[in-house]
Amino acid sequence: MAEGISLMKGNDAIAHAAIRYGVDGYFGYPITPQSEVIEVLMEAAPWKTTGMVVLQAESEVSAINMVYGGAACGKYVMTSSSSPGISLKQEGISYMAGAELPCLIVNVQRGGPGLGTIQPSQADYFQTVKGGGHGDYKLITLAPNSVQEMADFVALGFELAFKYRNPAMILTDGVIGQMMEKVKLPEFRRRRTEEEVREQCPWATLGKTADRGPNIITSLELGSAEMEENNKRFQAKYRVIEEKEVRYEEIQCDDAEYLLVAFGSAARICLKTIQLAREEGIKVGMIRPITLWPFPTKVLHGYADKVKGMLTVELNAGQMVEDVRLAVNGKVPVEHYGRLGGIVPTPDEVLEALKKKMDIK
Amino acid sequence: MSMDVNSIATPENLVYAKPELMNDTHMHYCPGCSHGVVHKLIAEVIGELGLQEKTIGVAPVGCGVFAYKYLDIDWQEAAHGRAPAIATAVKRLLPDKMVFTYQGDGDLAAIGTAETIHAANRGENIAIIFINNGIYGMTGGQMAPTTLEGMKTSTSPEGRNVETMGNPLKILDLLALLDGVCLATRVSVHTASAVKKTRRMIKLAFENAMAGKGTSIVEVVSTCNAGWKMTPAQANDWMVENMFPVYPIGDLKNV
Amino acid sequence: MLQEIVISGFGGQGVLSMGKILAYSGIKEDKEVSWFPAYGPEQRGGTANVTVIISDEPISSPVLNQYDIAIVLNQPSLDKFEERVKPGGILIYDDYGIRRKVQREDINVYRVNAMDESTKMDNTRVFNMIVLGGLLKIVPMVSLENVMKGLKESLPERHHDLLPMNEKAILRGMEIIEQEQKAKVAPA
Repeated sequence: MAEGISLMKGNDAIAHAAIRYGVDGYFGYPITPQSEVIEVLMEAAPWKTTGMVVLQAESEVSAINMVYGGAACGKYVMTSSSSPGISLKQEGISYMAGAELPCLIVNVQRGGPGLGTIQPSQADYFQTVKGGGHGDYKLITLAPNSVQEMADFVALGFELAFKYRNPAMILTDGVIGQMMEKVKLPEFRRRRTEEEVREQCPWATLGKTADRGPNIITSLELGSAEMEENNKRFQAKYRVIEEKEVRYEEIQCDDAEYLLVAFGSAARICLKTIQLAREEGIKVGMIRPITLWPFPTKVLHGYADKVKGMLTVELNAGQMVEDVRLAVNGKVPVEHYGRLGGIVPTPDEVLEALKKKMDIK
Repeated sequence: MSMDVNSIATPENLVYAKPELMNDTHMHYCPGCSHGVVHKLIAEVIGELGLQEKTIGVAPVGCGVFAYKYLDIDWQEAAHGRAPAIATAVKRLLPDKMVFTYQGDGDLAAIGTAETIHAANRGENIAIIFINNGIYGMTGGQMAPTTLEGMKTSTSPEGRNVETMGNPLKILDLLALLDGVCLATRVSVHTASAVKKTRRMIKLAFENAMAGKGTSIVEVVSTCNAGWKMTPAQANDWMVENMFPVYPIGDLKNV
Repeated sequence: MLQEIVISGFGGQGVLSMGKILAYSGIKEDKEVSWFPAYGPEQRGGTANVTVIISDEPISSPVLNQYDIAIVLNQPSLDKFEERVKPGGILIYDDYGIRRKVQREDINVYRVNAMDESTKMDNTRVFNMIVLGGLLKIVPMVSLENVMKGLKESLPERHHDLLPMNEKAILRGMEIIEQEQKAKVAPA
């Protein structure tokens, strides 16, 4: 067995990767299907080793506000939850976007609306990439499709969040959270010292020293003119992120006549669909958006002239399909196939849908 | 030699000064409001304890939301009700700092009840300064959880009817029951001696937070003369007559 | 090598942990593995199933419609998964609680009376290990040595005294599994 390889659930990988990355604090509230994150952290007791704080809050609302408090101190802080709990966190997420605070939020999605089901879903796409909370803001959104990416995106999420002083989310689901696969966890990094945090985050509220004025973390600005300036600054930042941080994977696209567009667990299922389709002589490829915001609009636009049609495969009633249609702007037919309520489509089912919707004989 | 103002205003004659941590920003508080006095006491105590570089204040929605404009320390503005959750994380992540919240009655005893009770129940080593004036000042005089029976507000125009609107919430009594709480005390700032007592209690709360003794809550029974539609002097008298019987001054817990 | 396996039974029968041990053993042999449970709120009782894939190549979908091997340990599991075994594939069952015969003729059927055997061994908790032993007898996809390594890794250290009992159960499963039906290949 290769060195450093272990077998674990996606949720477990998030927890272990957080400890190893040198995360300062995790604040969460149990909810299926992601409770392993806090369970693994409590079992690992990192406060005894790295000094990481792990706290079970009284609610998701409290947990996200604990994250706000920690982030405002320049600390690496995170929370995780699943769809209904993420809805509760929206207030805090909006405040953090407004106060320009970096943090990592993990959403292991389950089927909604309401209490819904505990089974996997991707129905929080709109909530994540179109807002969720109030106000004009964006959430950097990473969609892992494997346990390895669950581990890797903890680091990536924090890097992007701190680079742009903006919350980042790992948007995953019950499939990736609950499945076990091989994973190589990142190397241990020590947590930053207070001096390092002061240097890297001169805005952080760590206590006012004589050499600077008070640091104030707030999203409040009653003056409309000033608030418009704040918003313009946010929007300018979002444009930079859209320019520089798009991540995606192109799979067997070179000769593809049809493109599947899928993220996360649906993209895993589609990998097998591609194999099944090609066995039948249908040339199918896939674009897998890794960042859902910023969305790979340009790359999809580029394929609009090259393929006969695109099919988005989502565990929802058709959400990302809207962004794909915007990207190709009517140049090529874009259809959607999805299952709802926690049902995960199988690869052959997706192939049937592709043939039917694209009229492939 | 003739006496002029410059010969009188000399350092050796100084008997009162604005605390160093208070800046010159014009306060948005109404004349006669208790907030200004409490702000001054907090600034004085932080200065006296030498905690300026170690203090992080959390000011949530309410009249105190702009507290960060007036005291030259690091501040976090909090969503309505969430200050104790925020303070929890700050103190856990920075255990050697002095972390306090500055919350009104709506914030602490209505929308943030869960956050307040659970932070106190965990015995977070934070100080909570709680301004109870029985009304929502910032939003224009609506009913608070601590509004007295029969008291008129814009959302209880005929007076608080306890049958339909609930009773004045004695949240400090609830908090004093929790094992995590080391100090639960009620004070006021309507007389010079009351101000001195309040200053002592704020100091104790901050010392407790630094000593890791648990959660300290200092409830300042306050006036809101604008919301109560009274003069400042009338408001002080009304508070003594009506608020103190429901929210009696003194320690509920001090261990 | 690619084995796509579903294991299904009641919650508490050790379905998920059996799959886990198989997956752990797979990575001991440098295979690619995936383990995906149909997770539910039940801790005990109810139904539980897990899809385990062991492969030489990177694994695409962890969710499948058809399986090379289905291990069914109660009636609802037989009802659900019999039709989803690939033609020529394998179905293994324990007849404790199974009330009907397998109907398909194009699959290989094996019976392992693990529940009876575990009762005889005076330890019903090794039930799943007996089933695992049966599986490995028919399809030796991982070596016993690596299964024991995998078992050691998946068990908390405080339970390592149970390893010899589990090994015994695996060996017993290998002895008692019986073929009931050989797949009839449909004429071309």
